[in-house]
Parts: sequence; structure tokens; C-alpha cells
Amino acid sequence: MQSLSSIRKKENGLGWLFAAPAILGFVIFVLGPMIASLWFSLTDYKVASQAHFIGLDNYVHLFDGTDQFFYKSLGVTFYYVFLSVPLQIIVAFFLAILLNQKVKGLAFFRTVFYLPTIVPLIASSMIWMWLFDPDLGLLNVVLRALHLPESQWIYSEGSVVPTLVLMSLWTVGGTMIIFLAGLQDIPRHYYEAIEIDGGNALHKLVYITIPLTSPTIFFNTIMGFIGGFQVFVQPYVMTQGGPNNSSLFYTFYLFREAFTFSNMGYACAIAWVLFIVVLIFTAFLFKTARKWVYYEGGGA
Amino acid sequence: MKNRGLSWGRILLYTVLIVGSLFCMFPFYWLVRSSMMDLSQIFLIPPKWIPEPFVLENFLQPFEELSFGRYFVNTFIVVAGTLAGVLLSSTISAYSFARMRWNGRDKVFAVLLSSMMLPFAVTLIPSFIGWQALGMVNSYVPLVLPSFFGGGVFNIFLLRQFYMTLPRELDEAVFVDGGNHFTIFTRIILPLSRSAILVIGLFTFLNTWNDFMGPLVYLNDESKFTLAIGLQQFQGIYSAQWGVLMAASLIVVLPAIILFAIGQKYFMEGIALTGIKG
Repeated sequence: MQSLSSIRKKENGLGWLFAAPAILGFVIFVLGPMIASLWFSLTDYKVASQAHFIGLDNYVHLFDGTDQFFYKSLGVTFYYVFLSVPLQIIVAFFLAILLNQKVKGLAFFRTVFYLPTIVPLIASSMIWMWLFDPDLGLLNVVLRALHLPESQWIYSEGSVVPTLVLMSLWTVGGTMIIFLAGLQDIPRHYYEAIEIDGGNALHKLVYITIPLTSPTIFFNTIMGFIGGFQVFVQPYVMTQGGPNNSSLFYTFYLFREAFTFSNMGYACAIAWVLFIVVLIFTAFLFKTARKWVYYEGGGA
Repeated sequence: MKNRGLSWGRILLYTVLIVGSLFCMFPFYWLVRSSMMDLSQIFLIPPKWIPEPFVLENFLQPFEELSFGRYFVNTFIVVAGTLAGVLLSSTISAYSFARMRWNGRDKVFAVLLSSMMLPFAVTLIPSFIGWQALGMVNSYVPLVLPSFFGGGVFNIFLLRQFYMTLPRELDEAVFVDGGNHFTIFTRIILPLSRSAILVIGLFTFLNTWNDFMGPLVYLNDESKFTLAIGLQQFQGIYSAQWGVLMAASLIVVLPAIILFAIGQKYFMEGIALTGIKG
């Protein structure tokens, strides 16, 4: 017994030591930069000159309407997120349900659906740009052959965001696999019970599948929102925010202020607004989660 | 009656799956076929499905006119460094959070986990300013060094989940034999969690291979570019040469696909593992 308690005492110091890389990493690469970012956001730091404290001027400038790009990029990002996240969740969930049936070639389909997610974004951006090319891209060639109206895809203000949403569905496989894992955890006998009561497929979906996978739906929704708010590579590579700022995604706008115009202080303020937006969203989702997320343990 | 309904359902099921698969695979096919065509073939309407003749010069241009060879070496340096950092530090830190008892452990872990929700934009600018002040911009240090500090919360989380499934009695047995935590970690936990470590290695390789933002921010000299940035530069120069652009893209995609083909089983397990206890 004595040795055990001395081990426990030693464990206290050793535990911190083993965790030290992670704790130091958090302090150096997360907490420190966060504090610095907050401070910079209250200055007019532009790299070339000294930083001056200007209070909340950056934030006032963002919200008082003088920077039209701020509202534009917020609008574009919200439009994208609210279109793409629900679509991705529904498509991924639906595909996972299909693959949870007794399907021949399950491993094959799983692999095929997952494969797009491992392609470097820069490369998939190039492939899709080629497919979206208005004159010679395959998509319009096919539409022309079918005598359907053509689209300008990423090259017109109205269609650029929906086009990027369509492209985002290409990589829905990662979310699908997580759903599939969640579905496979549901005990078979729950479904059998519904069958005995004379329930149909819809009953199974509504009373068993959705409630029991709600924690996974919740997880994927949060991840989808956080990822959606931070889309960068596609607008940077494919559209440069255009045409006429119609794909000016928020992080692209932030990147441009920081690294093209060297407005570092201002860009930090832009980053903090994003952080607050993400925070409000996750808080909201967590709050509603109590109503619709079902945990089998019964807790929370 | 029931049987017939079932078979219609089956047909619908397979139709959706097959159409979905075509949607997923088609861009790959178009990438490969376009990469082997010269401009006169590529712009033919109606489009040709198979190159005729096969043109392989497109694959030489990235190496001859842009330094794709060097980009490969650069990317490997960054990937190898990051892998070393992640594998070393995440395995150790996860051990502490999963199998050691210390005051404040769960609170510290919760704080670390919550940082997963932090948009990268918040830390990007001050980190850049910091590395610049240290004179490290335009080197691989900002891309590699952070991985030695914990190796990413996500990886720690995944390993911790896995470590916790290993029986505690193993530890007690080592203590009885006079061993310590270091013995448990190196002799028991590490060998038993080989598959989880492999998962982390695979994901780290892919994430680093695919990383665009990091090299974009920190690397200025063309001679130091990674493949992702090199490819982007390539796009600016050869904007309408779709055959060459597709060949260059294929060169960047291929290693990721080969790695996926090798470690496929672990990929699927790893993704599933992260989602379940989310």
C-alpha cells in the first residue's frame, strides 16, 4: 500500500512532465498568439511602422459600414455555410444509411466515396476549374450536348457560391464514414422491435436511426460549421474572391488584409470577429443539442 | 408482394450508389485522361474519352521548366520533420492524459480540446509576426517545429481514446516488477498501440503533404517551395495549358493515393474511431 501511494505522489509531477510538450505547445502556439492577436487588434500595426494603440477603432471601422468588404465577405461566407453544411450532412447521412444495408461491394463503395477527401485541395481546385471552364470544360460541353442551358459556374456572380457548394459535396466521404461508424453501433434488436410493432422504414428512421445517431449528427454539424467558416484555398486558387467579390470568403478577405495590404492590426480584429461568430454558433448548437441530441447513457 | 418491393428498393439503392461513385471517380478519370493529351486533343468537341495518341511530354514540363524535383525534396523535408514531431510528442502527452493521475489533468485536457474549435485565423497573424521577429520566416522551422509540441490536439485525443481501452492491470504488473511509467510507456503502451500510431502517422503525412496555407505564408523563395505552392505557381504560368496543369496535379495527387491504398484499412478505422466518441 505504501509503495502505491508514493507512486501516486510521484505521478503528479511525472504527469505534468509527460504532458509538458502539449501544455507548452498550447501556451506558445495558441494562448500566446491569442493574447497577442487581441492586443494587435487594438492597434494600427502595419509591419512597416510601430504599432499604436487605437482602442476599438478597428472594430468600429469594421462595423460602421466604411469597409464594404467586411459585410460582403460575411454575407458570402454565411451563404456558403448555410447552403453547404446542411446539404453535406443530409447527403453524407443518406449515403451512410445506404451503405449500412446489406450491400455487395461495401468496401469498394466506402473507398470510392472516401477517396476525394485525400486529394490535396490545391489539386482538386485545379481539376474542378478545368471541369467548370465555361467554353471548354466538360460540364458545359455536356449541357450543350443535352441542349440544356449552360452555366458560367465559378465565373459569374450568381453561380460561383452554389458551384463551390457542389464541389464541396465531392468530399462528403469523410463525414459519411463517421456516420457509418455511428450507424453500425445501433443494436439490431431495436429495429426488430419496431418490425414486431408493425413499423415501416420511415418509423425506423425517425424513432431509431436519427435519435441514436444524433450525437454523430451533432459532431458532424459542428465540424462542418467550423470548417465552412474557414474555407480559403478554393477562393484563393480558383476565383481570387471574384467575380466582383462574389466569392470573397471571410478568411480570404482576412488573408488579403494581412498579407497583401499588411494591415496586421486590422486583420487581427477581423480574425476576432470570426472567432466570436464561430463561438456564438457552437454555443447555439450546444444549447439546442440538449433538446435533440440523445445520449444513451442518459446524461447531459 | 414484400419481396417485389424489396427488389425495387435494391435497384434504387444500387442506382444511387453507382451514380454517386461515378460523381466521385469522374474527376479522377478526367484528370488522368487530360494529363495525357496535347492541346489539339484536349480542346476537341465532342471530347475524346481516351487520349490518342498518349502524350507523356506533359509530365516532363513540371520537372524541366519548374523545379518539381526540388519541390518534392522540400515537401519530404517538411513531411519527415512534422512526422517525427507528431509521433514523438503526441504519444507521450497522450499517455499522460490517458494513464497517469495528476491534479488538474482533466481540466487541462478540456482546455486543450477546446482549442480545436479556435479558427486558425486567430493565431495565424501573431504567429507570423513572431516567427518574423525571430528571423525564421522563409525557413521550414515555422512549419515543422510546432509539431514537436504535443503534435496536435486531435492526435492526442485519438491516442488517448485508444490508450484508455488498454487494461490497467498491465500497469500494475509492471509496478510490481519494479518498473516505472517510462517502462510502461515504451514496453507496453507503444507496442500495443501500433495501429493507432499508424493512423496518426498516415493522417499527419496527408495533412502535411496537402498543406497549402502554411507554406504559402512562410515560404518566399521559389527554391524552398513545397509541391502545393509549386503547383499553384504553375497554374499562374500555364493558365490555359490544361494538359500540363493536369499532369502536374496528378504528380501531386499520386503519392497521396498510393499512401491511401497502402494504409486504407487504418484510415477507415481511424476516421470511425474519431467520430464515435465525439
